[in-house]
Amino acid sequence: MALPAHVEPLERFWYYAFRVICALIFIFLIGPILVIIPLSFNAIPYFSFTPEMLSFDPAGYSTKWYKDFFTNPNWQGGVRNSFIIAFFATILSASLGTLAALGLSRPEMPFQKTFMALLISPMIVPLIISAAGMYFFYSDIGLASTHLGVIIAHAALGTPFVVITVTATLTGFDHSLTRAAASLGAPPHTVFFKVIMPLILPGIISGGLFAFITSFDEVVVVLFVGSYEQRTIPWQMFSGIREQISPTILAVATILVMISICLLATVELLRRRSERLRGLSPA
Amino acid sequence: MTDGTVANEGPLVTSDGRPLKQSLQAALKQKRRQAFMLTVPLLAFIFIFFIVPIIAMLWRSVENPEVPNYLPNTVAALQSWDEASGVLPGEDVYAAMVKDLQIGRENRTIGKVGRRLNYEIPGMSSLFKGSSRKAKNMTEAPFKDALIKASKKWEKLDVWQLIKRESGDLTASYYLSAMDLRFTPDGSVAAQPENRQIYIFLFQRTLIMSVVITGLCILLGFPIAYLLATIPMRYAGLLMILVLLPFWTSLLVRTTAWIALLQSQGVINDLLVAIGVVSDDGRLQLIHNKTGTFIAMTHILLPFMILPLYSVMKTIPPSYMRAARSMGATQWWAFYKVYFPLTLSGIGAGTILVFILSIGFYITPALVGGTSGTLISNFIANHVSVTLNWGLAAALGTMLLALVLVLYLIYDKIVGVDNMKMG
Repeated sequence: MALPAHVEPLERFWYYAFRVICALIFIFLIGPILVIIPLSFNAIPYFSFTPEMLSFDPAGYSTKWYKDFFTNPNWQGGVRNSFIIAFFATILSASLGTLAALGLSRPEMPFQKTFMALLISPMIVPLIISAAGMYFFYSDIGLASTHLGVIIAHAALGTPFVVITVTATLTGFDHSLTRAAASLGAPPHTVFFKVIMPLILPGIISGGLFAFITSFDEVVVVLFVGSYEQRTIPWQMFSGIREQISPTILAVATILVMISICLLATVELLRRRSERLRGLSPA
Repeated sequence: MTDGTVANEGPLVTSDGRPLKQSLQAALKQKRRQAFMLTVPLLAFIFIFFIVPIIAMLWRSVENPEVPNYLPNTVAALQSWDEASGVLPGEDVYAAMVKDLQIGRENRTIGKVGRRLNYEIPGMSSLFKGSSRKAKNMTEAPFKDALIKASKKWEKLDVWQLIKRESGDLTASYYLSAMDLRFTPDGSVAAQPENRQIYIFLFQRTLIMSVVITGLCILLGFPIAYLLATIPMRYAGLLMILVLLPFWTSLLVRTTAWIALLQSQGVINDLLVAIGVVSDDGRLQLIHNKTGTFIAMTHILLPFMILPLYSVMKTIPPSYMRAARSMGATQWWAFYKVYFPLTLSGIGAGTILVFILSIGFYITPALVGGTSGTLISNFIANHVSVTLNWGLAAALGTMLLALVLVLYLIYDKIVGVDNMKMG
């Protein structure tokens, strides 16, 4: 979209106006996320920039909200629960989801569309309905307010992402590779671990990361199915925002933004690697 | 295979002597079974821990166990009473009610009946609580006079009509409530009184707000997707990060950020005061109302519009626009007649995706919506955990779910679920 030298003034005007509009929308997209980072270093419990901060006076800045986060048992319990729940939910959804994707992507699979729609449903059903349903049902079978209950609930919400990404990785998968391996005498599990697995691993990992972040960010289901004992970081943030809003929440938000940046980079690298391996894009 | 090389009569057979057709069919069947077996664990998991809970919850919208289970004698006695006759039930019904009240008080179930009937006629909860306390001492007839002495409400016809109407195992009254309707005492359906009409309004508000948010997303998402699709790859990759980072950032983090920005003592108001747009005591109320919900939800859902739009625009060859220009179209005309129609499938996909997500939103409206910016989900949550009117929550949930499923089917028709792209 480079601008040729001979364009009319009006066109030139629109060219720059369009760029300015886009810049403003980008500020809208990214600005709020960037603003909370300096605010989390505020020395006083105030959600805006103080005069001291604006004049870059060191006294206006403080790391005490981070200290609060790292020492407060409410938050530390939340961190521990978040990682435990997200870890096991990811293992569960990645293994079940990968198996199902292997079956769904076979051309012989019966009722492929119906099953796919069924397996994607946790992504479509509004969260409040899933959460309410799980709350009633898990209470009846004794899973409410247990770690296992929250893990199962989060795994159910995470599986569609694994199914979608692994199925996507398997499109264009050359099935003659598995037949070649089998004809050379490899038993099914060797074919899976030596041939299929290395090729679809990027898909499994990025699907797993989606499942992880789904569980890690999820708050509605954990509010209903869990209790204080299962409090996760989002649970703690939600109740924090509702009760007394403290800049510790901004510190936590900043840390979470850093984690998302790392995850984003990982998924992006994996996607490129997977496309290269499958020959979909030049190296 | 030419004539003469194989001296075969009849069908082809495999080495073990079975007809080839049969053998191939058996192999295909086995492959189908294998493929299916791979999906069984996940299907079972989703079915047990996701589908069944939702169906069980939706069932609560028609389920009506309280009156038949906890007032069994009254229900049996009411069988022979004609609710349209205009006269109160006879002594036998009152006797049965006293018995049910005594049993219900002992088993602590009478409160449930009271709460259930209170949804239909306010004041029923206290009536049942108070009367069950007094029913303890009612040991001999006439029970009718004794009950009416305990509370005047027992000589009201509509109380008995209500009990008889709700004595079945299933009820439609939750759905009626969810649609701002109610049963009149004579059993026909009528609109709720004005001051109790809320849910139709709420559904309308949810739909209107979702339409506005989706419109805002198209308006803001289209230029960005267009820019990303038309600038050189190396810049597009970098700018894409600005779209993907919000997409990957926790919903709560983004909502928190908007709270910090939009508060009356927050960054935006401070900025506006500093540059003199508003006075210090004229700070704008940007949060805890519709404005807050609009801004925060548009920000959260914008990437869901940009990503499908971008993937469609990426496939439009730039030569189309050049061809149109070279044949004399102005830039706008070429855009309007050539480029824009080609993006419609992307707009469709993004629109339905954003719309589906926004009508089910809960967290963000709960935190920034105040009372005027909350959506139907917030009321469902409120009925589940605060008012404990689970039947009404389930009825509202079923209606919301039906709406979402219809939209999902349309989305599936337009885009196909398996083409859903993420990241």
